[in-house]
Amino acid sequence: MTIGLSHYLTLAAVLFTIGVFGIFLNRKNVIVILMSIERLLLAVNVNLVAFSSFQGDLVGQIFTLIVLTVAAAEAAIGLAIVVVYFRNRGTIDVADIDHLKG
Amino acid sequence: MTEPLNLLPALPEITLAVGAMALLMIGVGGRNEERGELVLWLSVAVLALAGVFVTMGQGTSIIFANGFIVDPFARMLKVLVLTGAAIALIMSQDFWRHEGGVKFEYPVLLLLATTGMLMMISANDLIALYVGLELQSLALYVVAAFKRDSVRSSEAGMKYFVLGALSSGMLLYGASFIYGFTGSTVFSEIANAAQPSGANLGLIFGMVFLLTGFAFKISAVPFHMWTPDVYEGAPTPVTAFFAAAPKIAAMALFIRVVVSAFPAITDQWQQIVIFLSLASMALGAFAAIGQRNIKRLMAYSSIGHMGFALVGLAAGTEQGVQGVIIYLAIYLVMTLGTFAVVLSLRRDGVMVEEIDQLAGLSRTSPLMALALAILLFSLAGIPPLAGFFAKFYVFLAAVEAGLYALAIIGVLLSVVGAFYYLRIVKIMYFDEPAQEFEPMPRLLAVILGAAGLLIMFFFVYPSPLVAAADAAAKSLF
Repeated sequence: MTIGLSHYLTLAAVLFTIGVFGIFLNRKNVIVILMSIERLLLAVNVNLVAFSSFQGDLVGQIFTLIVLTVAAAEAAIGLAIVVVYFRNRGTIDVADIDHLKG
Repeated sequence: MTEPLNLLPALPEITLAVGAMALLMIGVGGRNEERGELVLWLSVAVLALAGVFVTMGQGTSIIFANGFIVDPFARMLKVLVLTGAAIALIMSQDFWRHEGGVKFEYPVLLLLATTGMLMMISANDLIALYVGLELQSLALYVVAAFKRDSVRSSEAGMKYFVLGALSSGMLLYGASFIYGFTGSTVFSEIANAAQPSGANLGLIFGMVFLLTGFAFKISAVPFHMWTPDVYEGAPTPVTAFFAAAPKIAAMALFIRVVVSAFPAITDQWQQIVIFLSLASMALGAFAAIGQRNIKRLMAYSSIGHMGFALVGLAAGTEQGVQGVIIYLAIYLVMTLGTFAVVLSLRRDGVMVEEIDQLAGLSRTSPLMALALAILLFSLAGIPPLAGFFAKFYVFLAAVEAGLYALAIIGVLLSVVGAFYYLRIVKIMYFDEPAQEFEPMPRLLAVILGAAGLLIMFFFVYPSPLVAAADAAAKSLF
């Protein structure tokens, strides 16, 4: 069996779905949400590289590099916000993030 | 590829980016309390300078290998964004003084966010779009959590971050499919590939994900969940900024993408925009009724207003886009004016956010009550105030595009929405006076007065805005 474009797209779709469910179903810990966000971006990268390689067009890979860079910045800011939150509340349980409601 | 690098069209963005870095150096160079205020005013000057550079440009130029476009549409919306950012920054000064001095990081972060917004407005390529959007969002996540010792502010930052990152992920996933099925990231080439006959499922799938990401950023229903929490939790000047500048930039991006990348498959995105528009108008009208906190109320109000603006885009015509631009300009003035009041509601040095506390404002500070009443009537869309004309143009475009049902439902929902604006007017004018507020800071009073006058007398001389919006819309089609 040869591995074609659709296999990569399926892999990316599975990763992306796991990421989205990780954000919505997770009731434990904010760090898991940060991991899920990284997973979303990695799923996109798999997609972009697969498309790029199968089309023989480099733009997709350039896009991937930019996404990787931004993802690093995003993770840094996300962790910083989690630290600030933990200092105020002493917990990062998702179920406890409920001061603002309406 | 060998053409000489032309940086001139990107001069406003370069000014902001270099300015932000220079101000960062000034900020770290001295003691925080003294430098903060200086950096704030210098930031306003940098924004004004960028505004001058924006208006100096002419015609349409595309640079950075098709990644960056400057046309009348971009210039018009950049001026709006820069105005919104500058005024929101000026309004924040008094608030931070009460919080123990302006921290210099705040104006610098807003400058960086504004740089991102200008890049979004000028994006002509999926990569440029993503980089601009993230530059904006990353700076905004930080300012939402800016009051580090406040539980509510850090919670707002956390919620904004998680949902914002999720929306960026969706947008990117969509972008990857669009790239894969059209073979390009440049909008004009996507438009060539996205013909009705060749519009395959993968492309439509990607477009839907992309629009989902935009809907998050303009807080259209059903992707609005973050808005009330973030608006309530973030420090009030940050909320004022959120309600003004990023909404305009995200809406500009939304318009540019659907009009310049998917003009041939209008039917496909039109249904999505109509749904977003109806749902936002309805939620904005009904959910706001029970709100007691004025910042939360303004969040639902902004959701509703984005719904009305989308009515113009749903028409998918030049006239519709013109309507959206007029709507955004007037919305900007109304929102900033209203937040000038919210920022000055202070008793014994403590911010008051409960709507009931406005009781009897007409007797304790009649001018402020009058200006706020004008703004609220305008937000409700009552003629002859500017808010009426804003709604008039978008509904007119919808009717001329044959979207009768959307226009009728929209008008009915704007009547429902009028209820909660008028309730505030009733509380201000007919309820027993509560305790007096501290006198309004002069800067805020000037901004409120200017906003009130602009809204009140817009109908006398509407032609400059209408003509500018017309020219801007023409350049897209």
